[in-house]
Amino acid sequence: MSSLPRYPRFLPVGDAALTVEFGNTIAPEVNEAVVALDLALAGAELDGIIETVPTYRSLLICYEPLEISFRQLVAELRSLLSRGSRVRVAGSTAWNVPVIYDPPYAEDLTEVAERLALTEEDVIAIHSGAEYQVYMVGFAPGLPYLGGLPSKLHISRRESPRPHVPAGAVMIGGIQAAIVPLPQPSAWYSLGKTPLRLFDPRRQNPFLFRAGDRVRFYRIDADEFDHLAGQTTDALLALTRAPT
Amino acid sequence: MKGALRAIAPGPFVTIQDAGRRGWRRFGVSGAGAMDAAALSAANALVGNAPGTAAVEFAHVGGRWQIATDSCRIAVTGGDFAVSADGARLACWQSHTLRRGQRIDIGGAPDAAWGYLAVANGFALSPQLGSYATHQRSGLGGIGGSCLTEGDMLPLRSARAPYGRERRVDAIHREPGPIRVVLGPQDDFFAQDAVAAFLAASYRVTHRGDRMGVWLDGPAVPHAAGYNVLSDGMVPGCIQVPGNGIPLVLLMDCQTVGGYPKLATIITPDLQRLAQMKAGTTVTFVAVDVEEAHRLYGEYRAWLDGVAQQIAEIAGSPARPFWLYG
Repeated sequence: MSSLPRYPRFLPVGDAALTVEFGNTIAPEVNEAVVALDLALAGAELDGIIETVPTYRSLLICYEPLEISFRQLVAELRSLLSRGSRVRVAGSTAWNVPVIYDPPYAEDLTEVAERLALTEEDVIAIHSGAEYQVYMVGFAPGLPYLGGLPSKLHISRRESPRPHVPAGAVMIGGIQAAIVPLPQPSAWYSLGKTPLRLFDPRRQNPFLFRAGDRVRFYRIDADEFDHLAGQTTDALLALTRAPT
Repeated sequence: MKGALRAIAPGPFVTIQDAGRRGWRRFGVSGAGAMDAAALSAANALVGNAPGTAAVEFAHVGGRWQIATDSCRIAVTGGDFAVSADGARLACWQSHTLRRGQRIDIGGAPDAAWGYLAVANGFALSPQLGSYATHQRSGLGGIGGSCLTEGDMLPLRSARAPYGRERRVDAIHREPGPIRVVLGPQDDFFAQDAVAAFLAASYRVTHRGDRMGVWLDGPAVPHAAGYNVLSDGMVPGCIQVPGNGIPLVLLMDCQTVGGYPKLATIITPDLQRLAQMKAGTTVTFVAVDVEEAHRLYGEYRAWLDGVAQQIAEIAGSPARPFWLYG
């Protein structure tokens, strides 16, 4: 790159999508700008907008070129941005997510504690003591990428991914945290498991998390895990949605 | 069940597809949908369905099927696939009415990678998140979100073929020219001469491909500024260049976000043309600006809407086969 880019940038993604880039870092204020534009765009109800994908530092917008041109769309976006929407992420939800940090669910807890020179109890206390922000949902259906992992738990990824991580695994990797909605391979570390179902296509709201939501974890034991796992989805959600 | 299409020995990669899922990418759900929307539309028009009706999509070969209902009107499109019913050759790009027990064999095509088998009035399946399209990684759509396997019964919405003459349409003509792309969104991760070299080079479509994407074989595209971008949104058509410099074209099942630089994005009119190239086909790329891409998109949409209007009845074919009474 010859010169430093100036933000926001409006980048074409083929003939039917564009990306608005707000920066090149994982940072709460950058992500808040993304979520604010996403909300402002939804509120503007422009013709020709098909769907949007908020990510760490950019907003992908899929549009119908027969209804709105790239130039028109950029002009609309500039206008929305100039109104300096300081919308404090209205409509976002705070979640209290139950986690069992005990064997056999805490697959990598011992290894993480050793690598970070902490006790297992330290790791659990630090992980469950922080508030996280959902920066984006992606890669797999309903998978939240969480910012806000305390620096004591920053850990480089595995050299080779674990081929199978179960649904509900509560993970950390790099400077981030996540919860796995469906079984998948992963190079991150599993600290425990939640009985929440992050993705259920039969539910009225198939996905729990949205970009902008806040998440806290709290520790449960095996009896509570079994009890919660047996709850109906609605009852479980009522328990986990934090009072606002 | 009113009747069914039985999968006796389906090909190795056969799924139910429609026009795809919209509105769920923000939650990590790919759009999926037909690799060749025009061929799907033609297959549906031939049997009297709306353009985006769900049909069987197969990679390379369709395999063996059987009519498990009184009668059924079918059409196979996508390319010049070797199709037969009880051993008698059936033409592609044309409807055929078959009766209970008849076996359909669908072999390969010299000119296409993806084919479609549509049935009149469609399959009696349930949509998930607004679509019938199968997306394996999400376990959504089709039957159990999976490829169709031996013994699967695809329930039909009607037990009998519709009244009316058989129909035909000209095979879709695919221009042989270069694939048109809009540069970006991350072309600034590459030196200018690397982008120019990519546009000047020839690549080959490889066997390493599926509904998520296809690898190209040809000169590596060197990165100027590393190859890790912060994961951001992507769409089918994006040409991703991972650390080894080898371009990967993302297709309909691609993930919603990715962390490799996206050098360029294939325009909508040319994406199905690339998807339909068989392994070994040589491909080149040419850059167009967004305004030109939108002009081409307008032409493409007008052409796509016209596919259904080009359907013609086959003169002399019976409005109702002799064995279909009542």
